[in-house]
Amino acid sequence: MTIAISIKDLRKVYANGFEALKGISLDVEEGDFFALLGPNGAGKSTTIGVISTLVTKTGGTVEVFGKKVDTHVYETKLDLGVVPQEINFSQFEKVRDIVMTQVGYYGLPRKLARQRCEKYLRKLGLWEKRDERSRSLSGGMKRRLMIARALVHEPRLLILDEPTAGVDIELRRSMWEFLTEINSNGTTIILTTHYLEEAEQLCRNIGIIDEGKIIENTSMKSLLADLDSQVYILDATAELPANLTLELPKTNLRKIDGHSFELTVNGEQMINEVFSELDQQGVKISSMRNKTNRLEQLFLARLRDN
Amino acid sequence: MFSNHKLIAFETIVVKEVRRFSRIWLQTLVPPSITITLYFVIFGNLVGRRIGEMGGYQYMEFIVPGLIMMSVIQNSYSNVVSSFFSHKFQRSIEELLVSPVPNYIILSGFIVGGMARGLAVGAIVTATAMFFTELTIQNPLITVTVILLTSIVFSLAGFINAIFANSFDDISIIPTFVLTPLIYLGGVFYSIQLLPPFWQVVSGLNPIFYMVNTFRYGILGTSDVDIYWAFLILGVFITVLYSSCILLLRRGTGIRS
Repeated sequence: MTIAISIKDLRKVYANGFEALKGISLDVEEGDFFALLGPNGAGKSTTIGVISTLVTKTGGTVEVFGKKVDTHVYETKLDLGVVPQEINFSQFEKVRDIVMTQVGYYGLPRKLARQRCEKYLRKLGLWEKRDERSRSLSGGMKRRLMIARALVHEPRLLILDEPTAGVDIELRRSMWEFLTEINSNGTTIILTTHYLEEAEQLCRNIGIIDEGKIIENTSMKSLLADLDSQVYILDATAELPANLTLELPKTNLRKIDGHSFELTVNGEQMINEVFSELDQQGVKISSMRNKTNRLEQLFLARLRDN
Repeated sequence: MFSNHKLIAFETIVVKEVRRFSRIWLQTLVPPSITITLYFVIFGNLVGRRIGEMGGYQYMEFIVPGLIMMSVIQNSYSNVVSSFFSHKFQRSIEELLVSPVPNYIILSGFIVGGMARGLAVGAIVTATAMFFTELTIQNPLITVTVILLTSIVFSLAGFINAIFANSFDDISIIPTFVLTPLIYLGGVFYSIQLLPPFWQVVSGLNPIFYMVNTFRYGILGTSDVDIYWAFLILGVFITVLYSSCILLLRRGTGIRS
């Protein structure tokens, strides 16, 4: 399997002495959808900055598809598309000009550039806005414009730094669909996000970074398998019995109000048995949901451990 | 990056720069033209009639080359400094930095953008001057060469200013406190022969003095300076400023963390 990005012992000390990266190492395979998670100030954006050469590294190496970013500048940059966290296009330019300028920087001939521009503006629902100044776009449209701009030279590796921050749920879901589609077409994606549900839905592998160090680097599946218990909120169809308890050893029940209760279930406990016992006590369940996102529980646990 | 890719990238930067100053023509092209027209009316026409001759020419004829050069210097400089700093301020410079465009192409694109605005304003000022005086160019080759080289020098200087600038104040300090005094003391409005010997020597330290006078030589055929010396100075300035810009870009000063 080809390695899309290989980071070895990456270090960054800023001019003010702040050590943002303390020797992180990470490999992401080609075709992967990889989540890079971490709290604010953990080093996610610095890592992306070093990969995209916007931040000068203090030590270590970064290779994109087997080529070092500091010696094979042209090849590595051609393979890389970056969607930054902050809006970073001119607010006074037209949507089409922003994308056409970017594709021009990559040296694509005019005719091909126009085709690519139309293709990605249409894909991201911005074609109708092509002649509008970018400052008139909504926040979600600006984010989509940054994605179109990053994809227009058709990179093999796309890095998105919190692409759905501040985006409404409907738009976020449509962006998820779009990212899933381009990933299934072969583009490797690295995503940083604060929405852990987003990482769980989209990503196959995950790295957790905290205080400039990688504290977890595994598959999403094996990480979630580490979860030893889950907490659910259940709503009953009728008033709960006053003396509602469960005899099952690996469960814990706590009433929230007359119709709802919180249920903690150990990973080894069969949910069927819980429902059987509730049924025996005459409790009919109308809905059930996770109290917190599963990944969020693990994420917070890992940060506590670190 | 292959040479045709570099050419497309260069063209892209130049088109973007020209589009930028053309889009805001009311801020970039009109004000300098109005200011210089006022110079023609007030200094050239009203005051100039009382002054009579300067350096063997009517005062209006004498100041026209200097005013054209002044507009080229100011506009080449201000186009690059304001455009590149705006890119930094809005972070749109990141679009360029993540792409595979080599540093010398980035620099050349901005320099040609600066020259384009400087020469566009220079052309407007020249056309305006023709309403006030007859303009016969004595040496077209020297005239064109010196104006091109001067616009390169001040575009490069504007680029360095923009690299170090952290605020909008920083991009107006050099034009206000350095560039404008040097232009006004660079023989735009007077011949150096009018100055006492000490101030003639001091004027010789002002590089703009050589540029203005060489341009005047190209148009009128008369100059206070040796034009070969002036071209040497321009060559040295371009070499030093270009090398400094490339070094700063390579180090990422002001643009990379």
